[in-house]
Amino acid sequence: MSRRARLVMFGLAGAGFGVVLVLGLAGLPAFGDYKGVYGNVINGIGVTERRATDLVTALNFDFRAFDTLGEEFILFTSVLGVVLILRQMRGEQDRPSQREAEEHSFAGASAALRALSLVLIPMLLALGVYVVVHGALTPGGGFQGGVILAAGPLAVFLAGRYLRMKTVAPTIVEELGDAIGAAGYALVGLGGLVFAGVFFKNFLPLGIPGHLLSAGQLPLASIAVGLEVSGAFLVAFSEFLDQALVVRSGPGGG
Amino acid sequence: MSFLPFAIAAWLFLVGLYGIVSADNLIRAILSLTVVQSATYLVLLGVGYSQGGQAPIFADIPQTSKAVDPVVQVLVLTDIVIEATVTALLLALAVQAHKRFGSLNPEDLRALQD
Repeated sequence: MSRRARLVMFGLAGAGFGVVLVLGLAGLPAFGDYKGVYGNVINGIGVTERRATDLVTALNFDFRAFDTLGEEFILFTSVLGVVLILRQMRGEQDRPSQREAEEHSFAGASAALRALSLVLIPMLLALGVYVVVHGALTPGGGFQGGVILAAGPLAVFLAGRYLRMKTVAPTIVEELGDAIGAAGYALVGLGGLVFAGVFFKNFLPLGIPGHLLSAGQLPLASIAVGLEVSGAFLVAFSEFLDQALVVRSGPGGG
Repeated sequence: MSFLPFAIAAWLFLVGLYGIVSADNLIRAILSLTVVQSATYLVLLGVGYSQGGQAPIFADIPQTSKAVDPVVQVLVLTDIVIEATVTALLLALAVQAHKRFGSLNPEDLRALQD
């Protein structure tokens, strides 16, 4: 189909779809006029029932922890998919000398960016750990903190060289973090099954709201997910960076 | 102005779709898909907003304060994770498509036309 025909078709279909979309959205309650029940119930009982002050995390890792298990394994399998799609193909080989990849530092890195990244590395790691462990208290949690943690080693790449990043975060460590985190979260659920009789039912002491060690299983689940997310993102980053910096196509490749 | 978030969501959705349809580069199509997905964040957060409600974080506000719906916020978090995974997979496919066909233009993906 020509580009022009495609755009004309989209124009027709998009206009029709737009009308239906606007009609549908117009049927929603007005913005700010919230009529939901579930959210108000959670807001009413969340703090007393779960001793967590961040109810978003309480929902994520307790009220609907089972959904999060699925979500976590979506992340796990999709990173597996990235590794599989970007595996070493026939006719491809690693660049012969490591020196070549070592010299192949991030092309856009100016001296200012490098210096700033060096400053950022410890701050990113500290912020990541803080966000992960305080998930039950203040905005944050395993997913958000995990991404910040993964940015730490990435800053090593920005600050200098790719192989240095591989020294800080070797592939085996990234993969282990991904796998142990994913398994750890499932184990939190199994702990509920063993000690409380229901999968993902809280089996740890609840503590006092606002304390670091409170809200039962939430900190544990948050740490497991943080480990998994940071591992998964680092594996994915490394795969893409490998493509750009290390893999080169042999004579047979395109 | 009570319709503004939903109007912007509809606009983001359609403009993202246009980006996908008109893209002459796979990376551009993938980024347009993330624009489409960001429309869903706005709809979800807009549905859960209640006038004058605070964030559902009761660390420094009284437990009885009026707060917005935390359920939709969790759904947005899930949504963002899914978006990241979908984007990563699509970008990996784009890398392989470029290796195979030497181009990122969707028109050049000959295997799909046969």
